[in-house]
Amino acid sequence: MKQFGGKVLFLDRADINTDEIIPAKYLTEISKEALKPHMLEALKLEGFDQRARSVGEAGVIITRDNFGCGSSREHAVWVFEVNNIHVVIASGFARIFRQNMFNCGMLAIELSAKEIDMLFAHNGHNAKVSVDFEKDTLTVSSDRGAETIAYQITDFDKELVKAGGWVEFADTKY
Amino acid sequence: MGMTLTEKIFSAHLRDEPFPGTKVLGLDVVLCHEITTPIAINDLVKRGKDRVFDPAKIKAVIDHVTPAKDSQTAEQGKILRNWARRHNIKDFFDIGRNGICHALFPEKGFIRPGYTVIMGDSHTCTHGAFGAFAAGVGTTDLEVGILKGVCAFRDPATIRINIIGKVPDGVYAKDIILKIIKTLTVKGATDSVMEFHGDVVRNMTMESRMTLCNMAIEAGGTTGICMPDEVTVDYLWEYVSSDFRDRDEAFQQYRTWWSDENCTYSTVRNVDVTALEPQVTYGYKPDEVKNISEIAGLPVDQIYIGSCTNGRLEDLRIAAAYLKGKTISPAVRGIVSPATPRVFQDANREGIIQIFMDSGFCVTNPTCGACLGMSTGVLAPDEVCASTTNRNFPGRMGKGGMVHLMSPAVAAVTALEGKIADPRNYKRKEI
Ligand code: SF4
Repeated sequence: MKQFGGKVLFLDRADINTDEIIPAKYLTEISKEALKPHMLEALKLEGFDQRARSVGEAGVIITRDNFGCGSSREHAVWVFEVNNIHVVIASGFARIFRQNMFNCGMLAIELSAKEIDMLFAHNGHNAKVSVDFEKDTLTVSSDRGAETIAYQITDFDKELVKAGGWVEFADTKY
Repeated sequence: MGMTLTEKIFSAHLRDEPFPGTKVLGLDVVLCHEITTPIAINDLVKRGKDRVFDPAKIKAVIDHVTPAKDSQTAEQGKILRNWARRHNIKDFFDIGRNGICHALFPEKGFIRPGYTVIMGDSHTCTHGAFGAFAAGVGTTDLEVGILKGVCAFRDPATIRINIIGKVPDGVYAKDIILKIIKTLTVKGATDSVMEFHGDVVRNMTMESRMTLCNMAIEAGGTTGICMPDEVTVDYLWEYVSSDFRDRDEAFQQYRTWWSDENCTYSTVRNVDVTALEPQVTYGYKPDEVKNISEIAGLPVDQIYIGSCTNGRLEDLRIAAAYLKGKTISPAVRGIVSPATPRVFQDANREGIIQIFMDSGFCVTNPTCGACLGMSTGVLAPDEVCASTTNRNFPGRMGKGGMVHLMSPAVAAVTALEGKIADPRNYKRKEI
């Protein structure tokens, strides 16, 4: 199973699409590692600097609604994976992106808009998130204190994370 | 309790329900292209699982960048080509026979009512026009599809959209779907199937239905679906005629897939198109849509007519009817990419290619090319493209470029004026 948690990269915008996460011109790469420097390269977000240290150090992304909409490219998940970001927390995901996360043994955690607001209150205060995968809770801690939130994922998605992805799961079962 | 078309397909293809609400479906067709499949192939090789569940049910094409534009894209094509040979995948379409996946595969008769279809491509929803459950998936789902012929889905809800009224002159399927996306927003159909009903849909050609379903994903939809009817039978007849006594028998069988009268929809919406104007996007999301009267006059640099949304014969015919006998504005460059070799040949036979060339358009081979900013018409920073494609995301057609989505009719008259123009001000010519 992957490691879940770390410093937080806050992306304060809804509807961030997979073209913004990894532009199509990099889809000619046939190794995941080659995607690494191009994470979020086309993101339209005021004040966002893709080269900033905080981006490189992050282990968790917290963002708004409909994250990962657009193309089906799993590259949008792999580019996070090779940057050691294994958790994305949002108030909503596009279906294909969400499934791609779990299919790669990564966590796409959906919270209510209110809970996401709560998490965003830690933005700019050295926020970190840790995940207790067994208990289905996550804890955010920052200069402003700490809070723990329960989340829900489906049994199937949980199994995929444990199995390390869908290929092994499916090949033994079907 | 009645069932929706999707529920009927799910229950007919159910292989397992490992957890409540998660359904593993057997697949009728797995579609592949050279952008998302090579990594799946390489991974299968690495895992020592270089197998395919059924070579006859796998269809593959090189379409996104063709001819290859550099060593990397050549390599992607090579991986797919060698894999197709190795596994005896007969329906593999290489250069000379290749076209945009979502136009080519239906044209070959591969998509039938009641089928389950996946592809590593979000616009797989296009195939729902045939009354199939066709969903875009990522590379891992594709990999499992190739290996095992199954895919897992959550039970989707269904949104019913009744498209009614009289379609005004100059308004097409593209305008209707843009209007629907505007209403639903880019996430309004997430985890839902969009079922299209109503007289307007019943009177649509398969091409128009494909345009409609193609953009379901832009509202977040798992897929778009139309009820298979006589129009579907006619389109497929050259491939299915030996399976049925006559067209009516085919229709009666396809009809069994229709959503039942008493099925459950999460939402029902009526869309009356009687007063609809041509629609054009203005921002960087497909739900940022305006009436043509609010946006006409904006200058553009390039016109692009093509893609899995609007690169079929019907689309080229519409554009050509506005372009015939005229030349495009010197302020713009025009590019048209017929979606498949058959579209190209038919357009050639009908004199449509000639009309495009006489008007000053560049005609490319069938490919996705400019649609995703890979080749055949990539934008420079700050350039604006009037495009019949389906996505206007930042940088979609080239870094720093901007895209206005529109119908082939709007694109054609925009080419004539060099700025976004209203097709209702023009007379169409007989081709
Ligand atoms: S034409 Fe564009 S949207 Fe359609 S499959 Fe090709 S790249 Fe995707």
